[in-house]
Amino acid sequence: METAQDTIQQTEAKAETSQTFFKGTGSQVLLNGLITEGVKTIFGYPGGAIMPIYDALYDYADKLQHILVRHEQGGIHAAQGFARASGEVGVVFATSGPGATNLVTGLADAQIDSTPLVVITGQVFAHLLGTDAFQETDVINITTPVTKWNYQVTDANEIQEVLAKAFYIAKSGRPGPVLIDITKNAQIQIEDFPEYVKCHHIRSYRPKPKVRVEYIEQAAELINAAKKPFVLWGQGVVLGTAEEEFKAFIEKTGIPSAWTILGESAIPTSHPLNVGMLGMHGNYGPNVLTNECDVLIAIGMRFDDRVTGRLDKYAKQAKIIHLDIDPAEIDKNVKADVGVWGDCKETLPLLTKLVNENKHETWLAVFRDYNQQEIDQVITPELYPEGEEITMGEVLRNINEICDGEAIIVTDVGQHQMVACRYAKFNNTRSNITSGGLGTMGFGLPAAIGAKYGAPDKTVIAIIGDGGFQMTPQELGTIMQFGAEVKILILNNRFLGMVRQWQQLFNDKRYSFVNITSPDFVALAKAYYIEGQMVNEREKLRTALGTMINHKGSYLLEVMVGRENNVFPMVPQGMSVSEIRLK
Amino acid sequence: MSTEDKIKYTEDLVDLDGKQEYTITVYAENRIGLLNRIAIIFSKRKINIESLNSSASEIDGIHRFNIVIHEGYEVVRKLARQIEKQIEVLKVYYNTNEEIIWQELALYKVSTDEIAEKVTVERLLRQYGASAVVIRKDYTVFAVTGHREETDALVKALEPYELIEFVRSARVAIIKDSAGFHEKLKEFEAEEPGEELVENEFLEKGGKIFTM
Repeated sequence: METAQDTIQQTEAKAETSQTFFKGTGSQVLLNGLITEGVKTIFGYPGGAIMPIYDALYDYADKLQHILVRHEQGGIHAAQGFARASGEVGVVFATSGPGATNLVTGLADAQIDSTPLVVITGQVFAHLLGTDAFQETDVINITTPVTKWNYQVTDANEIQEVLAKAFYIAKSGRPGPVLIDITKNAQIQIEDFPEYVKCHHIRSYRPKPKVRVEYIEQAAELINAAKKPFVLWGQGVVLGTAEEEFKAFIEKTGIPSAWTILGESAIPTSHPLNVGMLGMHGNYGPNVLTNECDVLIAIGMRFDDRVTGRLDKYAKQAKIIHLDIDPAEIDKNVKADVGVWGDCKETLPLLTKLVNENKHETWLAVFRDYNQQEIDQVITPELYPEGEEITMGEVLRNINEICDGEAIIVTDVGQHQMVACRYAKFNNTRSNITSGGLGTMGFGLPAAIGAKYGAPDKTVIAIIGDGGFQMTPQELGTIMQFGAEVKILILNNRFLGMVRQWQQLFNDKRYSFVNITSPDFVALAKAYYIEGQMVNEREKLRTALGTMINHKGSYLLEVMVGRENNVFPMVPQGMSVSEIRLK
Repeated sequence: MSTEDKIKYTEDLVDLDGKQEYTITVYAENRIGLLNRIAIIFSKRKINIESLNSSASEIDGIHRFNIVIHEGYEVVRKLARQIEKQIEVLKVYYNTNEEIIWQELALYKVSTDEIAEKVTVERLLRQYGASAVVIRKDYTVFAVTGHREETDALVKALEPYELIEFVRSARVAIIKDSAGFHEKLKEFEAEEPGEELVENEFLEKGGKIFTM
């Protein structure tokens, strides 16, 4: 049995080894840790099992801004929008049980889109674990497949180290979501806590592979010998803050470059070497020419099936160079001839040094020829329609003309997303925020709220379909209460448009449950004291968009667009990228 | 086992589409939940784990998993990279049966009367290198270590003699060529000693600790 003498000795020993700076609860030390990590904004929703943390938060109001969302899913999507717009780690609080399970969609979304998040969930008392206590769910096991790392804290003494690790893991290497589940006893436990030490190293974790120069040399050799090289870039360029390094590489080599939707705004849309979007609804030239190039250089992208189409017919003629920070991505879908493991912020400058200056004018002209075909057959009719119905494309053209590429555009998922990604113009990195890998309807509105906190000086436009908006409309309440200035643009075609398009093209127009009726969105916004209007005439569109963008405060604009407009070009599922359809 | 049997056995292990037995060796921190994280990598792809063993390694705090699956080379290579991606995993190897030394332990419970009466059983046991673990009036338990086909063969041989129960362990394997990582492990431990495993100390103590 421990004697009083033992306790004194232990306390003395502790005092010698660590400088005690704070006596308080686990909750307080958690919040102090967040402040030390530079956190200023938290998105969350309180509940019984996280009450001690919220109680402590009451005293930190001057240092930590807490945005009370209307649903935990809204909270985590907002944190994603915040992280994507700012480049910082998004932080979310939720309670145990239903609070935590409501985060799962957002975690999966953040995991597949490599978004750095630290999510704190409250948990029942440690002694109740495994007893099916009130609001107990096995959060660690539920979230294991959708987190980069997770950990359950049962003792307050673990909090500092685990929190520091969480931030390090979330933002280093290939970023991702991390979840810490803290039992209620640990939140209220009073201890003497040592000074918070940030984590910079975990012995079993290598966030960046060591750059191997021989592979860079092999890549440079292939690039220098190439007649028709082609660059595909993804979000890795943005996550690695390698936009300048990337631009320097393509400008020296003169290689035509196309993007995945998450890589989109890394270089300006108007850059002469930016030849457009890859994949299922991407541009004609980049898709067709993937099967004509002789060297394919993939940078920070993961050859998603929406990008590659049929793999057995994908770029078989080309030598593949794949630059990625995550070794598991190399050869995962497309076998690389040269795999360059590493952070592209480090690997790209090394590669740029070794490659020859080039222009590739003739090859670039082939892209322009295809682009002209697409302009004539798809883009012009979409952006300058002759029919009566408003098209989604012309809405985007007007936004481009008003915002001049300076706005942050957050999209939900569906036809409008593809149209927005295809036609929106961007001048700045981190301006295009969308749910790419998971394709989460309901993402747009809360992510836009988060994006506004992540980039308060920017105009944030949330472009959302009538279907997606109805998945998380309650976040209008968050806007109402906290005044996040978000311009909400609903493109309403009275259908679940993307599914309807597939049903039209592949299911013989059997429109099975894609008819969706909507409430009066403008009245709904007004119920939340948000201004708005609806337009269904072309003559009023430009003015209405101008009103929305120039309005001081949030604004909801509903635009009635053509019911059965389709998004083209399109690579039908199971086809190769060169079989892309223009209509 | 005759050479012919061995060839037949090896052929059975390799499918026409290139599938064969691979032993995946994972060196990882000893952490609660990591086994689940690793198992998910297999179940997500609908791959069956033939055998899984988790045990301590020669270094304190570092655990070693031996996972046996029947798959093609490319699948195994990608799985290994996904496992190695996990934060607490230090290193992953994947090897064919030729590249490892491996054993499984099997226990056989047979009727003692049968053993006592029938000399052939004793001979069988000798032939298979079995040892008696427990001898009681009603039954005797024998143990055999060896490859699958060896322990299987003894099951077949014992069946006519009232084999009451049989159990076999997961595979444990040593890679023939892994001296390099042993050195690295020792370096890890010398430079950065492992952290202590934190278990739930409050379980079953609720009444004593909390009043609310």
